Amino acid sequence: MNRSARAWLARFCRLLPLPATLLLGGCHWALLDPKGPIGMDERWIIETAAGLMLVVVVPVIVLSIVIPWRYRASNTRAEYQPEWSHSNRIEAVMWSIPIAIVAVLGVICWRTSHQLDPFRPIRSTQKPIHIDAVALDWKWLFIYPDQHVATVNEVAMPVGVPVVFHITSATVMNSFFIPRLGSQIYAMANMETADNLVASVPGTYRGISANFNGDGFSGMTFKVEAMPKEGFNQWLAKAATAGQALDAGAYRSLEKPSENVPVSYYSHVVPGLFRQIVEGRFARGHLMADAAAGAAGRD
Amino acid sequence: MFGKLTLSAIPYTNPIVMGAVAFMVIGALVVLGTITFLGKWKYLWSEWLTSVDHKKIGIMYLILAAIMLLRGFADAIMMRSQQALAYGSNMGYLPPEHFDQVFSAHGTIMIFFMAMPFIIGLMNCVLPLQIGARDVAFPLMNNLSFWLTAAGAVLVNISLAIGNFSRAGWLGFAPLSELHYSPGVGVDYWIWALQISGIGTTLTGVNFIATILKMRAPGMTLMRMPVFVWATLCTSVLIVAAFPLLTVTLALLTMDRYLGMHFFTNSLGGDPMMYINLIWIWGHPEVYILMLPLFGVYSEIVPTFSGKRLFGYASMVYATMAIALLSLIVWLHHFFTMGNGAAVNTFFGITTMIISVPTGVKIFNWLLTMYRGRVRLETPMLWTIGFLITFTLGGMSGVLLAEPPADFVLHNSLFLVAHFHNVIIGGVVFGVFAGLSYWAPKIFGFPLNERIGRWAFWCWFIGFYVAFMPLYALGLMGATRRMDHYDVAAWHPLFIVAAIGAAIIFLGIGLQVVQVIVSIRQRERTRDLTGDPWNGRTLEWSVPSPAPAYNFARIPVVRDRDAFWDMKQRGVDLKASTFVPIHMPRNKAAGVIIGGFSFVIAFAMVWHIWWLATAGLAAVIVTLIRHAFDEDRDYHLGAEEVRRVEGLHGRVEARS
Repeated sequence: MNRSARAWLARFCRLLPLPATLLLGGCHWALLDPKGPIGMDERWIIETAAGLMLVVVVPVIVLSIVIPWRYRASNTRAEYQPEWSHSNRIEAVMWSIPIAIVAVLGVICWRTSHQLDPFRPIRSTQKPIHIDAVALDWKWLFIYPDQHVATVNEVAMPVGVPVVFHITSATVMNSFFIPRLGSQIYAMANMETADNLVASVPGTYRGISANFNGDGFSGMTFKVEAMPKEGFNQWLAKAATAGQALDAGAYRSLEKPSENVPVSYYSHVVPGLFRQIVEGRFARGHLMADAAAGAAGRD
Repeated sequence: MFGKLTLSAIPYTNPIVMGAVAFMVIGALVVLGTITFLGKWKYLWSEWLTSVDHKKIGIMYLILAAIMLLRGFADAIMMRSQQALAYGSNMGYLPPEHFDQVFSAHGTIMIFFMAMPFIIGLMNCVLPLQIGARDVAFPLMNNLSFWLTAAGAVLVNISLAIGNFSRAGWLGFAPLSELHYSPGVGVDYWIWALQISGIGTTLTGVNFIATILKMRAPGMTLMRMPVFVWATLCTSVLIVAAFPLLTVTLALLTMDRYLGMHFFTNSLGGDPMMYINLIWIWGHPEVYILMLPLFGVYSEIVPTFSGKRLFGYASMVYATMAIALLSLIVWLHHFFTMGNGAAVNTFFGITTMIISVPTGVKIFNWLLTMYRGRVRLETPMLWTIGFLITFTLGGMSGVLLAEPPADFVLHNSLFLVAHFHNVIIGGVVFGVFAGLSYWAPKIFGFPLNERIGRWAFWCWFIGFYVAFMPLYALGLMGATRRMDHYDVAAWHPLFIVAAIGAAIIFLGIGLQVVQVIVSIRQRERTRDLTGDPWNGRTLEWSVPSPAPAYNFARIPVVRDRDAFWDMKQRGVDLKASTFVPIHMPRNKAAGVIIGGFSFVIAFAMVWHIWWLATAGLAAVIVTLIRHAFDEDRDYHLGAEEVRRVEGLHGRVEARS
């Protein structure tokens, strides 16, 4: 082996522990290290279902290797029954094993689909806060209807308080997703979906659109700031000093396609803006779009 | 005059695209030049392009699929290298508008122009032989099906040189695929390529249903059909049930884009959710249209190479039918995250999980077929074992995704990408290669080189795991699909590993190209003179390799499921002393002409060249009418000619 090959090999060996580091460094595994109860429940489902299936999958994989090896043509000592092709008993077992597993998974499916329905309010002693989320080309607009502030590409939430996201899109289909917190849901034009989430650990998390939406897709990320209540109130106060208002005119210019948009704040939001977006008042081709332009806030 | 088409449609400022175009053009010129140089145009036209022989049409499908595999894989390499590079400040080498075309083309090509032609090619090559028929029910329609598919494939590739391809993904989700968000010709190329090839596929489905139901050899009852025939029957029924839906959905989208209608737009009452539903009501059966025939292939290979009857034939048949039926009622699992409500999600989650029951049964059946057999570990069997291991894993991640709340975090992630490549590569692609190496002696008359085939298998097998296990991990890290750039440091090494995996698969594909070349060069030495190189069990092995134009000099009488095995056990003599004239269909140009004009119509529609589209349509109609009045459609192959051909294979007994 010449020197360069040896150096290459040494470099390669240094890389070997890399996968192990990646596997053990739990902090990168957004879905396996969630920061809220919804994500925790979803992790439980992933782990339980995977565990349950591994009970069959591992033996099947082992048998897929062992059987052809054991009965390889050169091993003439192995039993050979060329005509054996049917056994009621074996077939009964063969059908019932997957049926049993699917029955268990089916029950889990029924229960958890209802429990973890994104529309379902989270039970809590805390009064939930409402945040409206609008998918635009290619950024997220967040409106705090009760606090009258709005942000682009950043959303803050108090830890331990349920958050009801009301979600729509002013463009193509998007999917609102904060991997560390759990459930995603589509954002669709002329429609309002909801996502009930709660953060239990303070931190900065990554939010994305998880549905391909065109050229600016990869840059359409947002920052999720989960913070204690006092911090959240300070954050609101800071946003309220931003100075710019979000009215129909400002919304129209924000709505224009743009990519990799930096975070920005709006200190005052015209009431009813979200409702008008959901109703498609700003959409091109909407009969009332022009009328609505001058009358934002009427309802 | 030329609609929207101007010289500026050719992207000569883009070096990557022009490089690919130059490569394609040079390749085409070399092929055309070689044909001209050898003076083979007439031979090619009369013996191949206009052929109604299912075996030749099958080979043309296989060639088309192999070329498209290379094209689709080039796209894959571009995506993997872009994602290995484009972290942080490095934007990679593909801007979004190019990257988006690459992944849209990759999916479209791999599903419609690689997997489908490979599968339909295998069906064509083998199915009539397995049921003891002399051809398919509608030989000319079979030729037309091929040319419509080929026209679609050409259209996709033309989009590289003239204009651009869709950036809306392989399923063109509305409203992104609507005129407002995708104003260029890309989506139109996608629509018309799928539309014409989809019609070809529908005709194939009709053809195979008729063939299987009406043309089986005497004695071959339904429950004596080989499992591959059952799988083809179920697939064909699914094609006929599902493909018209694709045609209609695309037609509605076409009306939105061309006539200003609002079926799937955001405004004036359009409903994009309807598009997602419709496309997946076709799309999910499509997944099983791809998978079922390969289940059939494995069910042929395992008994042959185990020297043993297939275990649980009836279970296998019922499982196939159950999968076909269930595949029609699971489509909503592709969008649990649309906000459908818990009850709806649960229904589709459970129907999806139920599919794993008959699928699991099949896997047990194959294992029990090998059990107490004499397993010969040649390449077809290697691919099959690779499939059993890989597909089981893919099935597991699939059932995981069928739990709606798990899907809420895994939907559209790289975990999903890893899952469907896990089942499509591990199931469909391995199956196609297993089938090719198994039937190559029958199709071409000589086997594929065994040693290079093994190397190729190991490259594919290892390469698959290196390329896609990191994607499972990335999905669990919250990485979504279709990103041309990302800024999370922890993802970067995994994307690099995935790119290395793609390189290993690339090596496998390279070895397969070498394998084909070496096998062709060695063909005189390795020619299959027996017609039965693997000690086969089904009727295709009872005829010489490659099968003569008429397939069977004498239609066999079937007495058992493993018809040929039974004939061998009974010592039936394959030689004959008397021969009768055989009724044969005549080669016709109508298929290739209609295919060509369909391409013209599609290209003209893409560029809004209305007069040309109208002229193309008129030409198709004229061709159909002319063919309707053409009465010279068949002939009889004389008994002496049959005797001569059979004699070449040593199958003539001296007259007593």
